[in-house]
Amino acid sequence: MNELIKLNLSQARDKLLKKDFSSVELTSAFIKQMEETRGLNAFITETPELALEQAKASDKRIAAGSAGIMEGIPIGMKDLFCSKGTLTTAASKILSNFIPPYESTVSQNLKDAGAVSLGKTNLDEFAMGSANITSAYGPVENPWKKQGDNAKLVPGGSSGGSAAAVAARSCMAATATDTGGSIRQPAAFCGLVGLKPTYGRCSRWGVVAFASSLDQAGPMTHTIRDAAIMLEAMSGYDPKDATSIDISVPNYESLLTGNVKGLRVGIPKEYQVDGMRSEIMDVWHKGVEWLKQAGAEILDISLPHTKYALPTYYIIAPAEASSNLARYDGIRYGARIEGEDLTDLYEKTRGQGFGNEVQRRIMIGTYVLSAGYYDAYFIKAQRVRRLITKDFTDAFQKVDCILTPTTPTAAFSLDNPPTDPVEMYMNDVLAVPANLAGLPALSLPGGLTSDGLPLGLQLVGKSFDEVTLLNAAQVIETAANFQGQVTQMRKAS
Amino acid sequence: MTTYIEGATGPWEVVIGLEVHAQVSSNSKLFSGASTEFGADPNSQVSFVDAGFPGMLPVINDFCVRQAIKTGLGLHAQINELSVFDRKNYFYPDLPSGYQISQFKHPIVGEGHLNIDLPDGETKAVRIERIHLEQDAGKSIHDQHPSKTFIDLNRSGVALMEIVTMPDISSREEAMAFVKNLRSLLRYLGTCDGNMEQGSMRADVNVSLRRPGAELGTRAEVKNVNSIRFMGQAIDFEVQRQMEILEEGGTIVQETRLFDPVRGETRSMRSKEEAHDYRYFPDPDLPPLRLKPELIEEIRKTLPELPEAKKTRFVEKLGLSPYDAAVLVSDAEFADYYESAIAAIKQQDDKAPKLLANWITSELFGAMNRDNLTISESKVRPEGIAELVDLITAGTISGRIAKDVFLQMWESGESAAQIVKEKGLEQVSDDSAIRVCIEQIMAANAGMVDEYRSGKDKLFGFFVGQVMKAMQGKANPKLLNDVLKEMLDGK
Amino acid sequence: MELTRENIIKVAHLARLEVPDERLEPLRQSLSQILDWIEMLNEVNVDGVEPMFSVNQEQMRRREDVVTDGGYAKDIVANAPGGAQYDMFSVPKVVE
Ligand SMILES: [Mg+2]
Ligand SMILES: [Zn+2]
Repeated sequence: MNELIKLNLSQARDKLLKKDFSSVELTSAFIKQMEETRGLNAFITETPELALEQAKASDKRIAAGSAGIMEGIPIGMKDLFCSKGTLTTAASKILSNFIPPYESTVSQNLKDAGAVSLGKTNLDEFAMGSANITSAYGPVENPWKKQGDNAKLVPGGSSGGSAAAVAARSCMAATATDTGGSIRQPAAFCGLVGLKPTYGRCSRWGVVAFASSLDQAGPMTHTIRDAAIMLEAMSGYDPKDATSIDISVPNYESLLTGNVKGLRVGIPKEYQVDGMRSEIMDVWHKGVEWLKQAGAEILDISLPHTKYALPTYYIIAPAEASSNLARYDGIRYGARIEGEDLTDLYEKTRGQGFGNEVQRRIMIGTYVLSAGYYDAYFIKAQRVRRLITKDFTDAFQKVDCILTPTTPTAAFSLDNPPTDPVEMYMNDVLAVPANLAGLPALSLPGGLTSDGLPLGLQLVGKSFDEVTLLNAAQVIETAANFQGQVTQMRKAS
Repeated sequence: MTTYIEGATGPWEVVIGLEVHAQVSSNSKLFSGASTEFGADPNSQVSFVDAGFPGMLPVINDFCVRQAIKTGLGLHAQINELSVFDRKNYFYPDLPSGYQISQFKHPIVGEGHLNIDLPDGETKAVRIERIHLEQDAGKSIHDQHPSKTFIDLNRSGVALMEIVTMPDISSREEAMAFVKNLRSLLRYLGTCDGNMEQGSMRADVNVSLRRPGAELGTRAEVKNVNSIRFMGQAIDFEVQRQMEILEEGGTIVQETRLFDPVRGETRSMRSKEEAHDYRYFPDPDLPPLRLKPELIEEIRKTLPELPEAKKTRFVEKLGLSPYDAAVLVSDAEFADYYESAIAAIKQQDDKAPKLLANWITSELFGAMNRDNLTISESKVRPEGIAELVDLITAGTISGRIAKDVFLQMWESGESAAQIVKEKGLEQVSDDSAIRVCIEQIMAANAGMVDEYRSGKDKLFGFFVGQVMKAMQGKANPKLLNDVLKEMLDGK
Repeated sequence: MELTRENIIKVAHLARLEVPDERLEPLRQSLSQILDWIEMLNEVNVDGVEPMFSVNQEQMRRREDVVTDGGYAKDIVANAPGGAQYDMFSVPKVVE
C-alpha cells in the first residue's frame, strides 16, 4: 500500500502545500487503490481521467499560491450529487443513463475549494436503506471484518459506498447525505467520522431528493479535523435552495480548540434502547468518562418522545419521497419501458425501474397522504415531530450538546441481512431524531466490539452549532485513540 | 336579483360559480428564472426546474407575490399574512415533477368581492372565495403525429392566479359580466393581460340547477373555457342539459366536462374521470410565505383608481350617464383616452365632458369597429377629439359638420381645426346672412309659407332643410331656428 | 392496520407502479406490518400541537423577477428516452 494513501486529509493538505508531493502523485495513488479495492463495489462510476485532469489543475494552483482549502485532495462523490457530464444514477435503474447537464451546489463548492473527484460512490437506491443492499448496482462490502471471520459485512447505508471507499482508503474523504442516519450509521459501521450538519447548512440544489425536509449533505472523513475542513468547503447559503439558511460559514478548523472545560453534555436515558449490546453501553460510558476527564459537566437528561421518532420518520420520509420520486416517469430523462398507452408506460417504467425497497416506501408514502389517511398518519406524524423537536429545545436549555451511541449494533452480515423491514429500520433509531429536528449530529469511532468491529458515538448539537460538536468530538477522538485500539486488538489476536 | 328559468315542471334557478385562471403578468416564472414570453420555440423557455430534473428546487418570484396581493386588494379581499404552498400530486405528461405547486389550505388571498351591473340597473356583488398562486402546466400537442403526443414545457411553471367565486352567479349574462369586469380590473391593475386567445385567462365554470330556495344541486364543472362567448354557450348548453335530465326525474352526475366550441356543447371527460386523489401536502422545498403588513400597505398605495370608483366619478362629477360611464371604464385604455381628452379641452363648457363621451362611444368606437382597429391604433388622438368638441361648443362648427370633420380626421390624421379651415366649414352665426337666405327661400316657396301660416306647423322642418342646404350646412342651427321661426311667424 | 389486496392495487395505481401478481401478497404483508408498527404513534397525545412541516424556516426568501434561466432547449431534451422530436418530448398519444 502506497504510503501517501495512509495520510489523512489535513496531513495531505499540509504536505501538498509544502510541495512534498503533487496532487497528481496523490491522486494516482488513490486511483490505484480504487482499482485494487474494486471488489468492495464502493464506486458506481470511476472517473480517473477527470480526476487526473483536476489534480493537474490543482498542482498549478498550488504552484501559483492560489490553493483552495481542499486543494488537490482526492475524494469520492456519493452518486446522489448531480455531476455535470458524468453519469448520475442515485443507484437506481431508472436513472441508469442520466447525464446531468448541471453540477450540484455542494459538489461545485468542493470543486471550487480544489477537491479532486475520483468518481461516484455507491449507495442504497435513492438513499433508501441502512445496509447499502438496495443499490441497483449491487451491494457494497465493508472493508472491516470480524476477527477470525471472513464473512462479508455491510458498510451501513445509505452512504455505504462513501464509507467503504474512505475506510478502504480508496479516497481520502467522501461526500454523503443523511435523511435518517445515512451519514452517521455507515460512518459508525466503518470506523469513520460522519457529520450531518444543521438542516439548511448545505445546499440541497442538485442533490437527488429523497425527503426534502430531512435531507442534508455532509462529509465522511477519517478525523474530526478533516471533517471540519470538508464541512467548511461544502457549506454555504445558496439562493437556489429556498430552505438553505443565510448564516455565514465559520472557519471550522480554526475554531478547533480541543477544549470542553465547562461544556454541559447531556446523556438521554431514552437512548438506551431494547436489545442494545453491552459493548455499546460500554463505549457510551467511556465517552462520558473521557469528556468528564477533560472538564465537561455531565448531566442526565430526558428526551421523552425518542421512541416515536422512528415511526414518525417512516411516515414523513416516505410521504415526501412518494412525491419527490414522481418525476421519474420515463418521459424527460432516465429509463423508459414502453407500454400500450401512457398509463402502461408509467407503470412499467416505474414498476421495473425502481427496486423493491423504493417501491415499498413510495407505496407507504402514497398511502399515508391519500384521502382518508392524511390526518391520521401524515398530520399526526408532523405533530409528533414537533414534540420530538421540543424535547431537544427543552434539553438544550440545560446542556450544550448530547452524547449517545450512533447505532444499536455494529455492522452485520452482508449475506444474511435482516429480511424484516422494521428490524432493518431499527438501525437508525438513534439517528433519526436529529433529522426530524434538523439538528447537527456527528458520529465518530469510540471503540470496538469484542470481535473487532468499530462502534460509533454520536453527538447532537444545537442548530448551527457544529463547532461545539467538533470540539467535543475531538476530545473523544484523542482520548479514544481509536487507531491505537485497533492496533492493540490486532496485536492481541 | 334572481332570475328563474321556466321548465315544463316549474321554475329552476341557475347557480354558477367560476374558477378563473389568470396568468400573472411577470417577466419570469413563479419558481424559476425562465421567461414567460408567449409564442417561443418549443422548450426554449424552460429551466431544469420547470422540467422537473433531479435535485432541482423552486425559488419564489417576489413580483408574482406582489401581483397576487395587488389583485386581492383590487377585489377588496383579505390578504393573508401567512400562506403555504402545497403539492398537488398527479401524473400527466405536461406536469414534469408529478405535482403542481399550488396553494390548498392557506391561499395568499381570502374573501373579497367584485360588483357587476345587472340589466335592471342594479349592481350585484359576486363574492370571491379565495385567490391562490400556482404553476401552470406545459402543453400537450396531439396533432403533429399519428400515434404520439408531443410535450412543450414553455408554459410549465408560469405563474397563475386562480380566482374562485362563491356560487353567487345566476345567469349566463351575469357570468359574462363577471368575467368582463374581472378582466378589466386585472388590466387596470396590470396583474394579468386578460388575453384569452393566448390563454392568459381561462375559466372553469361550475353549473348546477335547483328549485327556487332549495339546497344547492349537484354541479358539473366545465373546464378551461377560453372565451367569454364560449362561456355563455357552455352555460346555455349545461342549463338545458341539466334541466332536461332533472325534469325527466334523472340525477346530475358530478363530473368534469369539456366545452367543444365547434359543436357548441359540453361533453363528459370520462377518460380523465378515474378517481382523483391529489394527496395535497405542504411543499417541503418551500417555507411558508409570510407577508409583512407594511408590504401590503405599500402595495395598497400603488393601486390605481379602479373601474368602479372611476365610473362613480364619471357619473357624479362629470355628469355622464351610467351607461356611457360603464362603457368608458370597461377598458383601462378607453378610460385613459377619455381622461386625456378631458384634460385637453380648452373651451369652458359644462356640456363638454358629456359631449366628449358621446363622440368617443359613438363616432370613435364606430370607426374603430368598422376598420377593426384598437383605440391605441386610432389616428384620432385624445387631443384631436378634444379639439373637435371645442369647435362644437365654441359654435365654430355644427354637430352635423363635425361628423364629416371627424371622418376626415379618422382617415387622414389631420387636426379638426385644420380641416375646418381648409374646407371653410366654419358655421355661419351671422344673423343677417341667415336672414338673407331665409328671405330667398320664403320667396321661392310662397305657397308653402301660406300653408304654414294657416297652421301646417310640420312644414317648419322643410324650411330648415332648405336653408341648411342653401348654406351648405354651415348655418348655426340654434340661430337658424330662432330666426326662421320669427320670420315665418311674420313678427 | 391490515391492508387488503385491493388497497395495494389502488395505491400502486395511484403511484403508477406496476406490481406483478406474485408481488402483491408480500407487499401487502410488509406494508401491513409497517403500518401496524407505525400505529405506535396512537399512544402520543398531540392535542393542541401544531404540525411541524419544516425546520429553521421562519422566512422564505423571494427572488427578483428577472429572466436568468432557460434558452437551452437542446439540454432540456438531451436525455429524452428515445430522443426528442422538434425539441419536444414524446409520449404515446393521449386522447382527451
Ligand atoms: Mg378548478
Ligand atoms: Zn388551478
